[in-house]
Amino acid sequence: MTGSDERLAVLKTYKLYIGGKFPRSESGRSYAVSDAKGRFLTNAAQASRKDARDAVVAARKAFPGWTAATAYNRGQVLYRVAEVLEGRRAQFAEEVAAGEGLSAKRADAVVTQGIDRWVWYAGWADKLAQVLGGANAVAGPYFNFSVPEPTGVVAVLAPQRSSLLGLISVVAPVIVGGSTAVVVTAQDRPLPAVSLAEVLATSDLPGGVVNVLTGRTAELAPWLAGHMDVDAIDLCGAPDDIHADLERAAADNVKRVVRAPLGGEPDWTAEPGLHRMSSYLETKTVWHPMGV
Amino acid sequence: MVRAPSSGGLGDVASSDSSLRRFLFGLPGVDQVGAEARAAMLFTRSIKKGSKVWALEQAIRMIDLTTLEGQDTPGKVRALAAKARRPDPSDPTTPPVAAVCVYPDLVGVSVEALRGSGVHTASVATAFPSGRAALATKLVDVAEAIAAGADEIDMVIDRGAFLSGRLLEVHDEIVAVKQACGGRAHLKVILETGELSTLDNVRRASWLALLAGGDFIKTSTGKVSPAATPPVALVMLQAVRDFAAATGDVRGVKLAGGIRSAKDAVRYLVLVNEVAGERWLTPDTFRFGASSLLNDLLMQRTTQRTGAYSGPNYFTLD
Repeated sequence: MTGSDERLAVLKTYKLYIGGKFPRSESGRSYAVSDAKGRFLTNAAQASRKDARDAVVAARKAFPGWTAATAYNRGQVLYRVAEVLEGRRAQFAEEVAAGEGLSAKRADAVVTQGIDRWVWYAGWADKLAQVLGGANAVAGPYFNFSVPEPTGVVAVLAPQRSSLLGLISVVAPVIVGGSTAVVVTAQDRPLPAVSLAEVLATSDLPGGVVNVLTGRTAELAPWLAGHMDVDAIDLCGAPDDIHADLERAAADNVKRVVRAPLGGEPDWTAEPGLHRMSSYLETKTVWHPMGV
Repeated sequence: MVRAPSSGGLGDVASSDSSLRRFLFGLPGVDQVGAEARAAMLFTRSIKKGSKVWALEQAIRMIDLTTLEGQDTPGKVRALAAKARRPDPSDPTTPPVAAVCVYPDLVGVSVEALRGSGVHTASVATAFPSGRAALATKLVDVAEAIAAGADEIDMVIDRGAFLSGRLLEVHDEIVAVKQACGGRAHLKVILETGELSTLDNVRRASWLALLAGGDFIKTSTGKVSPAATPPVALVMLQAVRDFAAATGDVRGVKLAGGIRSAKDAVRYLVLVNEVAGERWLTPDTFRFGASSLLNDLLMQRTTQRTGAYSGPNYFTLD
């Protein structure tokens, strides 16, 4: 024994989140993450195209179960996520403050807005069908219903600047409707996303419903855009110069493409509206004979 | 390496129960930890680019496309046969699979649907999957499959007899079935390794089946778990390699059950190459018994060809 009472630092390994597990990148790569002032913070896993492929497989596997869950149940699970988020405010505030260069007070406000945004979306789970669907008027002895159904596996390129509020604002609307997500985090500010993954893993959300990849957006995006088993892609955080290429690749299997907001990242604190949720829902209309 | 017990080769090993027992129990024991470690090590080998494309294509050629369900219908067998002929209709360069494997009563349907394609029809027989029937019943089962046109017979050994030590009985049964095949059909002997409990038993059963004249030794029926595992495959491949070295007679191995991903298939091909040898990397000496594996192979092949990851939506549901 040396008699030193200095404690050994326990540093966190930032890993990917795929299918409910936290693997390192298949490629073994990692990259340095700096704070807003350029000082080294930590290393994060640098996902490869094969990690993206595995994440899509996990999301596809999780899709039937998540879709079959009742809307009420999905809402409860999402609300549970918000509860667990609330319990880890301090950690998120610290990561947001470091990554985005905000004051402690400002970062705390962002975390509050993020949690509130999550709760807002959670509340929509069992109301989407009433608002976006309905019983249609028909001139005959039939019922005619329009029902919103989830699109499937959605690739999300998360916003590059707003690493928590922005992230929540693009991920929650995907899963609230019953789709599953493969999220590529903000490239230079990935830490809140990894912590969010840890929250998701411990709050009743089935593994694979959300998969989180940290790494180079420009490296992963083309593989997800071209992936034949991805049904929709959100280009929010895509680098400007590859938008057209991504849209072209996405056309191969007629993916739904949600374009990046014009004029850069929007003000994420504004009321989001239904747009992001309805983007990942498809309306199924069925005729139903009465009586029988 | 196993050496022939006498200068006379292996011919007289099965002359009596005691000599068969002496030979099989005289085989060197399998170091289980070593076998697992060796198989795991070979499984980590990475196959890329041209080799990968070759391996995917060769794996397709080695598939026995199998449907062995109580709910099988002639329609399902015809659909499977169509898939066997041309696994990926969108790509005419895709090779056909080796065989379609069905229950005896559907052999006729399969033979008809595969006529002229070069794809074989394999039939399970001998009271598959339990093997619990009188020998006469088993032989009738085989004869009917062959009469209907099957050119490969997948028989199951009597595991009860094997495990209780009635080795000659198992041996003679395989010989009888081989005779019933009468040179018109290839015989694959299913060991059902999941029920043999030790790798030593797998080695003994492999040798027993080879001595009795089985053209292939096959891991499992697919109805028992675990089915094909890497250490079991390793031991069986060693058996055919050593058998070939001792007798000059090259026999095959078929892995069935539990192999669902192209990645695993390619890993098993590495195992074949490293344990048995390159000589075994053909459909005549190595097969996969599988159904869902084919779609994954096609998917990976498409990925290699188009450069974009493919999805299960683009391949048939079998």
